[in-house]
Amino acid sequence: MQITSPTFKANSAKALSDAQLQKALGNVRAGFIDKRKKAVDALPEFEALRENGKAIKDHALAHLDLYLENYEAQVKAAGGHVHWAQTAEDARNIILDLCASRGVKTVTKGKSMISEEIALNDALEAAGVRPVETDLGEYIIQLRGEHPSHIIAPAVHLNKEQIEADFRRVHTHLPADRELVEHEKLLTEARAVLRAEYFKADLGITGANFLVAETGSSIIVTNEGNGDLTQILPRVHVVIASIEKIVPTLEDAAQILRLLARSATGQDMSVYTTVSTGGRREGDPDGPDEYHVVLLDNGRSSMLGTEFQEMLRCIRCGACMNHCPVYHAVGGHAYGWVYPGPMGAVLTPSLIGVDKGGHLPNASTFCGRCESVCPMKIPLPKMMRHWREREFERGLNPAAARYGLKAWAFFAKRPSLYRFFASLGIPALSAAGGAKHRFSWLPFAGGWTKHRELPAPEGRTFLQQWAQREARKQEPAR
Amino acid sequence: MGLFVTCLVDLFRPSVGFAAVKLIEDAGCAVDVPMAQTCCGQPAYNSGDREDTREIAKATIAAFEEFDYVVAPSGSCTGMLKKHYPALFAGDPAWESRAAEFSKKVHELVSFLTDEMKVEGVTAKLAATATYHDSCSGLRELGIHDQPRKLLASVEGLKIAEMQEADVCCGFGGTFCVKYSDISNAIVTKKTANIETAGADMLLAGDLGCLMNMAGKLKRDGSAIEVRHVAEVLAGMTDQPPIGGKL
Amino acid sequence: MSARDAILNKVRASLGAGSANRADTVRDRLAGAPRGLIPERGQLPDAARIDLFTTQAEKVHATTERLASYADLPAAIAAYLRSKNLPASIRMGDDARLVGADWSSQPALEILRGPSDGNDETGLSHAFGAVAETGTLVLHSGGDNPTTVNFLPEHHLVVVDAKDVAGDLETVLARIRGKFGKGQMPRTLNMITGPSRSGDIEQKMLLGAHGPRALHIMVVGG
Repeated sequence: MQITSPTFKANSAKALSDAQLQKALGNVRAGFIDKRKKAVDALPEFEALRENGKAIKDHALAHLDLYLENYEAQVKAAGGHVHWAQTAEDARNIILDLCASRGVKTVTKGKSMISEEIALNDALEAAGVRPVETDLGEYIIQLRGEHPSHIIAPAVHLNKEQIEADFRRVHTHLPADRELVEHEKLLTEARAVLRAEYFKADLGITGANFLVAETGSSIIVTNEGNGDLTQILPRVHVVIASIEKIVPTLEDAAQILRLLARSATGQDMSVYTTVSTGGRREGDPDGPDEYHVVLLDNGRSSMLGTEFQEMLRCIRCGACMNHCPVYHAVGGHAYGWVYPGPMGAVLTPSLIGVDKGGHLPNASTFCGRCESVCPMKIPLPKMMRHWREREFERGLNPAAARYGLKAWAFFAKRPSLYRFFASLGIPALSAAGGAKHRFSWLPFAGGWTKHRELPAPEGRTFLQQWAQREARKQEPAR
Repeated sequence: MGLFVTCLVDLFRPSVGFAAVKLIEDAGCAVDVPMAQTCCGQPAYNSGDREDTREIAKATIAAFEEFDYVVAPSGSCTGMLKKHYPALFAGDPAWESRAAEFSKKVHELVSFLTDEMKVEGVTAKLAATATYHDSCSGLRELGIHDQPRKLLASVEGLKIAEMQEADVCCGFGGTFCVKYSDISNAIVTKKTANIETAGADMLLAGDLGCLMNMAGKLKRDGSAIEVRHVAEVLAGMTDQPPIGGKL
Repeated sequence: MSARDAILNKVRASLGAGSANRADTVRDRLAGAPRGLIPERGQLPDAARIDLFTTQAEKVHATTERLASYADLPAAIAAYLRSKNLPASIRMGDDARLVGADWSSQPALEILRGPSDGNDETGLSHAFGAVAETGTLVLHSGGDNPTTVNFLPEHHLVVVDAKDVAGDLETVLARIRGKFGKGQMPRTLNMITGPSRSGDIEQKMLLGAHGPRALHIMVVGG
């Protein structure tokens, strides 16, 4: 998929002027925040569980090589196959080979951000394999040729009129005069169309929320049940997951499951939590014959041992973006690649390079709401700052900002010069503010005054006045 | 007690500094203001310039570490001094412990009054209805939420009308508001809409950066709502024109 | 070098992994599978625990009913089908507790055996266990309760023994381990918490996405 992160500013301007998008983004603000809070408040142990979740992931990451080895051995023991992919291209080729060798024509897909990360659908189509997204949101955006704008609500940027139009455009086998205004009608239609696809598919691809080292299992969490139909009906089930999804045991997964759905949608548990281990067993009347796991690195191993290692705790719940004022303002597509919001602002530069993704960690007010709701306690603002440090070290930030900052730092490091120039400049600026005590425009302050007035200084600086007051106090003693 | 005035208060709103002095003195503390102070270093820190930030931090620590308490009328600058200075010097043998010791002494003004000096109320009077914005750093780095509301409740004649989403960012974010001014504008527009619907005639907060941002937006939109730092109201020092002036 | 070795080497290099006791730590963790924090919510005596289970399940839009014994099952199912205007037909696997009920008491009811092919309105399963804390059913694959029955019919009826309703998920997982062996799992373990739903259209929550539109739980005994 095309990376547009370098034009984040232009993307945001477009998003801000898109009235339909702005209305849809209101659903994020209204929909997710209260539900999460209610679910979290109802579980007194939630904070302690956050600590546990963090500790589990930290432990798993610190021993990742060993758990991966154990995981692989257990998948094999259960009759499954593990394919290791260093890059996105490797992962695509592994899946294309599986399709080719098994004569696969149609692939159904459960929701997977890794699939987006490796741009799998484009590769499948180019190879003559038809990918069918089965998560309702993913299906809708696939019809539109779009990418997810949210990691758990991929079509959150759309309204139902747009979806209706897409269904009418694509589902031409249905009567043109059918009623399709209600949300329920849209869902029912998609259900019927996709139900047929599940039975047609030769191979089903799902992601994984967890890989369990103890048992060689993959776990997916969905509300629709699409991930289950995707994996139990075709002959072949392929799981595509990145290496940091590993947890040691089922108990560890159970701890984090208590955090995941609450943080994501405000549910205690998602409707379907499914643990899959190997292919169909002797005596099983259903399920896939083959079970494959594609384990993707794609830059994660390089994040280990760095200041970005903690990002690998992420469980993709979306809480950070649901609570992010910047995400609320511009939506997910403005971020220009697969992962939006605060987690995307940290992860994207790691995966596509800070030269391309540099805007993302800069476009944050550091309000800290993301970190405060992150179930894995990932210090997102801190890591965005680390990216800014890397940029600064490499001289990647704009020259004007750099010089301005250096000039400011020059004075900030020299208190007497700071006081001297402030005592000259500030009263003058105050006087210029006039009776209104504000400016509508000032040279070099266009970034501020484009949208707001600039409050004028009151008059002489505090330090100036304080020094004088102290001097006056001393006078009688002199 | 050393007062860290903060550069924005020093330059733009000295009356907040004098209000802080009055409140602290009323609480029974002697106030000193070291002249060797400038800015806490956040602009450099948040722009990725650690080297300059460390130099500024060292100067600030040196200027203030002799005091029993260091108080600042800002959640964000306090957060910088208290939470981020120690992180800046992690692994630095000479400065790590100095920054940690210093950190223990640092307090945000209003929480210093309530939590350290056990101030239960103030003597100020003001006939107004105010709404209070929780600045991000104060709220999430320092846990300041109830303290200002408790003291504001003691101001005679003052009513509090809570706004929706009081805990959501105003879009200031330091240099963010000029680097990404359009996004900042979208955020502050939602904020001022919440302020307007709260039905208050005055907006209060504990951080001058946020206040200047919200005041600037309110005034640009022709709002009559007056904007002040919470310290001004608690100290009963509201004779100065509000931030950004009157309509 | 294989991709596998390249990735593992890189992981080791990034972690600076050298110390010998890492392997012991991992072995112990996998062998011991320590439980983490178990919320108080589900830790209740038998009757209250079953009540909590049905309350939690109803909160997520499942319907529930209590049966004194398996003898009541055929009539309860016939009544459910009638109340929803559903055909008198039900799909189920080979679970002896279901098959062994006295279906002759409902002669009009058609019993279909084996996995579902997508043409069944109603499926019947027996759960391995349930979790009171979240109102969750736990089922595993196999001939007794085919996984397709959990997902393809519009209405999913699930029987669970009152004695199998645990306070927490960890207890059920331990029983799974007891049944299949340490480190062994059935092909599919389904934890089901309410009927299928989607919020993907304007964040409006709608029941009946790809899985069953309705989930009806019958707790037997207790």
